[in-house]
Amino acid sequence: MGTDAVVLGAGTAGMVAALRLAAAGASVLVLAEGEGGLPLAPAQMDVLGYRPQLVLDPLAELGGFLESRPDHPYRLVEADEVAASLEWFLELSAPLGYVGSPHINRLQPTALGALRPTCLVPQTMAAGDLSGGGSVLVVGLRGFRDFHAPLLAENLALANPPSGAEIRARSVEVSLLGDPRDLRPQLLARRLEERPVLAELGREIRSRLEQEELVGVPAVLGLERSHEVWQRLQDLVGRPVFEIPTPPPSQPGQRLQQHLFRALRRLGGEVRLGARASGYRASGDRLEAVRVVTAAREVEIPADSFVLATGGIGTGGITAGSDGELREEVFGARVSRGGAPDEPLVEYLATQPLDRLGVEVDDQQRPLGAGGEPLFENLWAAGATLAGAEPWREKSGEGISLATGFRAARLAGGVRA
Amino acid sequence: MTEVAWGAEAWSEVRASLDRCIKCTVCETACPVAAVTELFPGPKTVGPQAERFRTGGHSPDLSVDYCSGCGICSRVCPQEVRIAELNSRARSELKRERGAPLRDQLVARPGLLGRAGRPVAPLFNWAMANSLIRWAGERTVGIHRKAPVPRSTTRTFSYWVGHHVGTRSARRVVYFHGCSTQWYEPYVGQKVTAILEHNGFQVVIPKQDCCGLPLQSNGLFPAARKAVTKLARQLVPDGTGDLPVISSSTSCGLMLKREAREILGADSPELRSVSARTYDIFEFLLELHQRGELRTDFKPVPLTVAYHAPCQQQNQLIGKPALEILRLIPGLRLVELDRSCCGIAGTYGVKREKYEIAMRVGEPLFADIQAEGPDLVACDSETCRWQISAATGATSVHPLEILHRAYGGS
Repeated sequence: MGTDAVVLGAGTAGMVAALRLAAAGASVLVLAEGEGGLPLAPAQMDVLGYRPQLVLDPLAELGGFLESRPDHPYRLVEADEVAASLEWFLELSAPLGYVGSPHINRLQPTALGALRPTCLVPQTMAAGDLSGGGSVLVVGLRGFRDFHAPLLAENLALANPPSGAEIRARSVEVSLLGDPRDLRPQLLARRLEERPVLAELGREIRSRLEQEELVGVPAVLGLERSHEVWQRLQDLVGRPVFEIPTPPPSQPGQRLQQHLFRALRRLGGEVRLGARASGYRASGDRLEAVRVVTAAREVEIPADSFVLATGGIGTGGITAGSDGELREEVFGARVSRGGAPDEPLVEYLATQPLDRLGVEVDDQQRPLGAGGEPLFENLWAAGATLAGAEPWREKSGEGISLATGFRAARLAGGVRA
Repeated sequence: MTEVAWGAEAWSEVRASLDRCIKCTVCETACPVAAVTELFPGPKTVGPQAERFRTGGHSPDLSVDYCSGCGICSRVCPQEVRIAELNSRARSELKRERGAPLRDQLVARPGLLGRAGRPVAPLFNWAMANSLIRWAGERTVGIHRKAPVPRSTTRTFSYWVGHHVGTRSARRVVYFHGCSTQWYEPYVGQKVTAILEHNGFQVVIPKQDCCGLPLQSNGLFPAARKAVTKLARQLVPDGTGDLPVISSSTSCGLMLKREAREILGADSPELRSVSARTYDIFEFLLELHQRGELRTDFKPVPLTVAYHAPCQQQNQLIGKPALEILRLIPGLRLVELDRSCCGIAGTYGVKREKYEIAMRVGEPLFADIQAEGPDLVACDSETCRWQISAATGATSVHPLEILHRAYGGS
């Protein structure tokens, strides 16, 4: 009895570290203040999209990218480890049918019709790689206010994939479920798992289809049985169908989160949500336990090793005071603000140092204390917690989380690469 | 150490938490009610969003009444916005403004129904199983004709306590048994007592009334505050001011632990003291086990048991200690049901207009149970057990009944 490893944070990095540790036989407890970024993100695995020019082969260009960005978290992992972590993810997520390679950036449409470079996508999005051009019918659903098919199609037609190939796009809007005023994605996803509702959507699309080769639909094709829903819709329509990520909440993200949570449970691990880590107990340079707030009182959870994957400022892992002071909430690890304190913090739409803020670590991914020494010998950091990245600009978030989470688990003692 | 806030401070912390909402919609993806009905637009929409339009408690629309109060939204929120708590308060204001129907007044008082049913238990149970009477009850009172209702019993738990000769020990605990043990399932309390005595504890069982949870979830806050404050006084008989308070009704335990201060804004010296000392029965047993003090003289229990952790148990943020303890029992095949909510949410699913919603919420859980076909379903919450049994036909028990059996009980 007792816990071998405690992982703080239930986003991609935390779950990767937890799953790797559990697979190696450790008893793992994931503690998180709430759900991480997974149910919000499109569930596509980015590795490196821009440096700043478009990246074609992320793995091959990682070295060159690091020369210009020596403080980037990718410095902590070898290209082999990045490849291994993506390989492992492909295997783990087989039930969701992920496809792709870290050597190829696919270009998938966003909800606004831009082409977004990414490496791995679930099967329900696989036909949406438009690097080679194509003609697309974009299907909107009336009352689903988070997905604007006409805007998407117009923007898509303006996109220029580097191959020079042409993209043609046209939009239609379909009424479903008696045309309610406000359709929410989680309700849509659940209703589309019902055969008559899906059949109605299939009929509607088929009747509007002209010469288009592909059909793009909002990513609401089911939750638990997405693969089946997508397959059946494709059969009904008679053309390849692909999902286009919506603004949050994201059904593909929720599918992936459920999959990862269940995979961990099957390995005997546990995800405990709502449980905020409020402090710790250490003896010398060894971390003994984290403190957690339960409904009635604070309790201590002892373990042998710990992974910090609480994320950056967006998820509350790091907070900013009104005086501009940045603080890592659980251990008070040293936070890099990405530049000198007197640098201007806001320059609209331009690079700003604060973008890269995060926890500073040594080359073993151990968070540093105020003096620059590792805080504890048995605490490792991973994912968006780490300083030095601009994932939204670089399209690198999942790659960083996968690779550093993967390595954190290895360093935490349970796993040999 | 992080100090727990009470009184006005606790009340205003909950209100202020809405400023932390970044509209990420995580709560909307996790809400089991919004996933099945257009009538509830989601916890963010009726919570942190609508809250800004509420002046003097007046809600811009009535949809908050369709929140079941399961509390999943607050648990998944990465920003610690007290969404369910905000919604619970807004519902109470709605009831204050518009009045609560007789039906809500009735289901909010399990003691009243228990007292009324006890002397005529066989008649009460017959009536509750009679479809004509249930149909009339739906038409007149608004309690759905198919909604699960417990079976009344002629011998209450306190009657048993009055005749029970307990063991004496220097190690003592206070037992908070709750209304369902008192009026409907006295055997749960008898087994709790036996398990604790088997582990060398003297069990102090003071006379006690309702914690006020059903009043709270039906929006009747003043009465709920009175109830929980009174209960806290009852739970500190002389010389027990530092003993653990053990709860076997998981939602009522949560009331003492947190909801009294966060939702009701209740406060008293006794309540503060009891709240900090309240333990879920399995939380307490797991701590014993971690100190090596739990007796593990288990007999094999050759059964397949499917365990469902109810929402209010999960909201205690203590993990699933029942699973960890039951795993120690030889011969037991334990299946963890991996679903969030059974739909009933206390008294939500018994109401005429909400019954169908509650059943749709519980559908994935019911399907898993039917696919698994276990000998027993174990669940820490009484209303969830009744819902699961009514929906699936499976026999459902409190997990401590399985532990009791492993200790040699019948």
